[in-house]
Amino acid sequence: MFAFIIRRITQAILVMLVISFVGFTIKNKIGDPVRDLVGERVTPAEREALRDTLGLNDPFVIQYMRFVKNAAKGDLGLSFFHKRPALAVILSKAPATMELVFGAALILVFVSMPVGVYCAIRPRSWLSRFTMAFSTLGVSIPVFLTAIVLIYIFSVELNWLPSYGRGQTVNIGGWWETGLLTRDGLIHLILPSFSLASIMMPLFIRLIRSEMMEVLETEYIKFAWAKGLRRGRIWLVHAFKNTLLPVITVFGVQIGIMFAFTILTETVFQWQGMGFMFLEAVERSDTSLLVAYLVVVGVIFVVVNTVVDIIYGLVNPTIRIAGRT
Amino acid sequence: MGHLLEVNDLEVKFALRLGELTAINGVSFTLDRGQRLGLVGESGAGKSVTGFAIINLISKPGYISGGQVVFDGRDITALSDEAMRNIRGNRISMIFQDPMMTLNPVLTIGTQMTETLLAHRNISRAEAEDIALEKLRKVQIPSPEKRLKQYPHEFSGGMRQRIVIAIALLTDPMLIIADEPTTALDVTIQAEIMDLLQELCEDDEMGLILITHDLAVVSQVTQRIAVMYAGKIVETGPTGAIIRSPRHPYTQGLINALPGSRQAGGRLNQIPGMMPTLTDIPAGCAFHPRCELRGTVCDMEVPHLRSVDSHQRMVACHMVESSEIDRTTSKA
Amino acid sequence: MKQMWRRFQSSYLLYSFKRDRIAMVSLAVLVVLLLVGIAAPLISPYDPYDPGNIDIMNSEIPPAWMEEGDGAFLLGTDIQGRDLLSTMIHGLRLSIIIGCGAVVLQAFLGIVIGLLSGYLGGKTDAILMRIADIQLSFPYLMVAIFISAIFQVAFGIGRYEELAVPLLVVIIGLAEWPVYARTVRASVMGEKNKEYVEAARVIGLSRTIIMVRHILPNALTAVMVISTIQVANAVMSEAALSFLGLGMPVTRPSLGSLIRSGFEYIFSGSWWITMFPGVLLVLFVLVINLLGDWLRDVLNPKLYKG
Repeated sequence: MFAFIIRRITQAILVMLVISFVGFTIKNKIGDPVRDLVGERVTPAEREALRDTLGLNDPFVIQYMRFVKNAAKGDLGLSFFHKRPALAVILSKAPATMELVFGAALILVFVSMPVGVYCAIRPRSWLSRFTMAFSTLGVSIPVFLTAIVLIYIFSVELNWLPSYGRGQTVNIGGWWETGLLTRDGLIHLILPSFSLASIMMPLFIRLIRSEMMEVLETEYIKFAWAKGLRRGRIWLVHAFKNTLLPVITVFGVQIGIMFAFTILTETVFQWQGMGFMFLEAVERSDTSLLVAYLVVVGVIFVVVNTVVDIIYGLVNPTIRIAGRT
Repeated sequence: MGHLLEVNDLEVKFALRLGELTAINGVSFTLDRGQRLGLVGESGAGKSVTGFAIINLISKPGYISGGQVVFDGRDITALSDEAMRNIRGNRISMIFQDPMMTLNPVLTIGTQMTETLLAHRNISRAEAEDIALEKLRKVQIPSPEKRLKQYPHEFSGGMRQRIVIAIALLTDPMLIIADEPTTALDVTIQAEIMDLLQELCEDDEMGLILITHDLAVVSQVTQRIAVMYAGKIVETGPTGAIIRSPRHPYTQGLINALPGSRQAGGRLNQIPGMMPTLTDIPAGCAFHPRCELRGTVCDMEVPHLRSVDSHQRMVACHMVESSEIDRTTSKA
Repeated sequence: MKQMWRRFQSSYLLYSFKRDRIAMVSLAVLVVLLLVGIAAPLISPYDPYDPGNIDIMNSEIPPAWMEEGDGAFLLGTDIQGRDLLSTMIHGLRLSIIIGCGAVVLQAFLGIVIGLLSGYLGGKTDAILMRIADIQLSFPYLMVAIFISAIFQVAFGIGRYEELAVPLLVVIIGLAEWPVYARTVRASVMGEKNKEYVEAARVIGLSRTIIMVRHILPNALTAVMVISTIQVANAVMSEAALSFLGLGMPVTRPSLGSLIRSGFEYIFSGSWWITMFPGVLLVLFVLVINLLGDWLRDVLNPKLYKG
């Protein structure tokens, strides 16, 4: 078990090194650190001098080492456009994205679980069939289209909900701008969260349904029936607990995919989060910021994946012995 | 006093897309209080289905298509689901084959035991735990208090099956149905578990239906045997009598096929052919294609259970009645 | 050839296809869409790429059946005055080309790597699968977005537009090969130990021949099942990239770019610019998904969960 953890962590470090390497290469070859620092109006001579001071004429490997060392300390370079350290920019936008993902996750959990369980228990009811049919449709609609349609219905036609921005935010702890504490902020959170959740919803409903259906066929569930327990208990305690485990691991992996979709969602709603910032950086050719984004997101993915793998490894022996994979 | 359990002409069918298959075709037997009956046959004969049918727990697309199960004077095939729930795990307990698969891996033993009691009795959790501890001691599990908090995977196979037996005993049932309870265990453990079951049934006057393909186990523990073939019972009688002098050709074949019934170095006896699958059951007597005693009537008429000799021995064979052939086996 | 056709006719595949109405309808719709898309230059009422055809005065005309509609433009016009129907058909064509192209690339790469990895095993397998794992730990969309972004920054918008189609094919193709590689590898490892492979080796067939002619056909079922999903994914990825501005440019718009360009205008009431391309996109992806579902059920019910 211990060896397993060590192996996963080593793999994680390896991946992060690869990411940092890729990021650094991009930054070095494509970006222009001098421009990032002092802008465009510098003479060529001053430019050369600056390059020397910055160590930009050093061999590639030395620069890379420096980059990794700085990154470990939290210095990911300067954002050209924002004129601030890249990491600081990212951190200032992070709360917006986090809250969006949080809202979507909440909706996901509270909708997909009951629906998934119901579809597993009563697979032939009209609600189940309708849900399964609808889920294929749901998977075929890109998230940005869902967002646009939602905006059109609820903002333009009905005028119930706002169509862009975060609304009123409150500053807590000095840097976290939260929209969760104001009614206005919460209203602004509704449509974006729903859009983001809509992409993952069909997947989760199907997953919970199929896992639960498999669990319901096991010997121990049959034994529970033979013991004469109440249906509710059999479904919710015996079956559901076993369903949750594989679902949680999938959820962990999907968080990574959620990030990709936040870029799309934030674009539609002009939600000032990390994804929106990323696109702005692309438009402005702000390489430092792009690379910093890559490193931060890469770290988040790797950490989440590693943690999920380790948790699964910890929980797995129990399940493995009992006969389920 | 009536029988504890009366199975009358029970029929179970499976409704598949290709048509309906009959898994159990008119099975009848009785069991009295404290009696131990062995339901014997090869895999696929319908023994497990019979066990499940008694408590009406057959998985779809199977269903009870005919006959009755009379338990303690009541026809339980006609009961509602809720009423049936009162009987399952309460008055009739079931033990499954593989204790590793039977226990829920994510719940503690304690939970899995107390929930049975709490579902059937109006008692507090503490009282339920006390009863659980008492039953664990009865099945000879050491330090039961610790065990309650442990998970199934922390026990060995033999211990797990003891726990399952303990769960079956929790509500002091009148009947235990044990479906191949020792098949998944090591041979040395098998004997212990069977001894335990026998003791418990004798002590508390519980009925036992032991479903198995293992003649050795059945000969030790049970008082009566019912032999099943292709969804029907072909012979019933006291255990000793059937093992010593089986009357139905199939039973004779089974006994003769045991390794002990021939001299060392001789060939093992086999019954030629295989038991038919549900879709290919022959007309008339299902065993006739493989039977040495086969006669002209055997492929036309289905034989019914008829008494032969005394001691409540019944055989379903055209040939046994009409001939006086009494083939005793060489096995004592 | 005739034998194959006859075998196909009596095969289980055809049998269950004819019984499943949804599959038949989906296939019909898909065929229509494919034909329309591929024949776009021939059948579209106008050529949306010809600047001479476009008159800015024509912009934002609603569909023909609405009040201010114009019979000349059946589904209305976009913000530049292009006929929406024509642009949509051409956009569909682009989506088809990019989607299929990307999947062909993914499949080719993935199958080759999967075969090598599965059959050769050992270090080759370990290295290749490690790379695949690393790439799989990043969601493909992120990878695609990032690669596009870098390309744009590196080469500037102008050159990007020229190279857009092949670039997108390559980007999406590179992003998803691990899916194929893993599946093929699993198949190969399962088949590798079977007797017919042993027999082939004993006869003395070369490794390549064994891999391609003997093992590959068995892995193909799995490949077919994933392929439909992958095409759907590729089309959606391209739409997403275009929507973000990282895909097809507005001058040669795909359905995603059209949706993007029309987005701001739903507030001023010109909903058709976004909605019609949206509906077409969803319809296209939906029939692919439905066919994929059916194919999956028929070929191997246990292959993909849910």
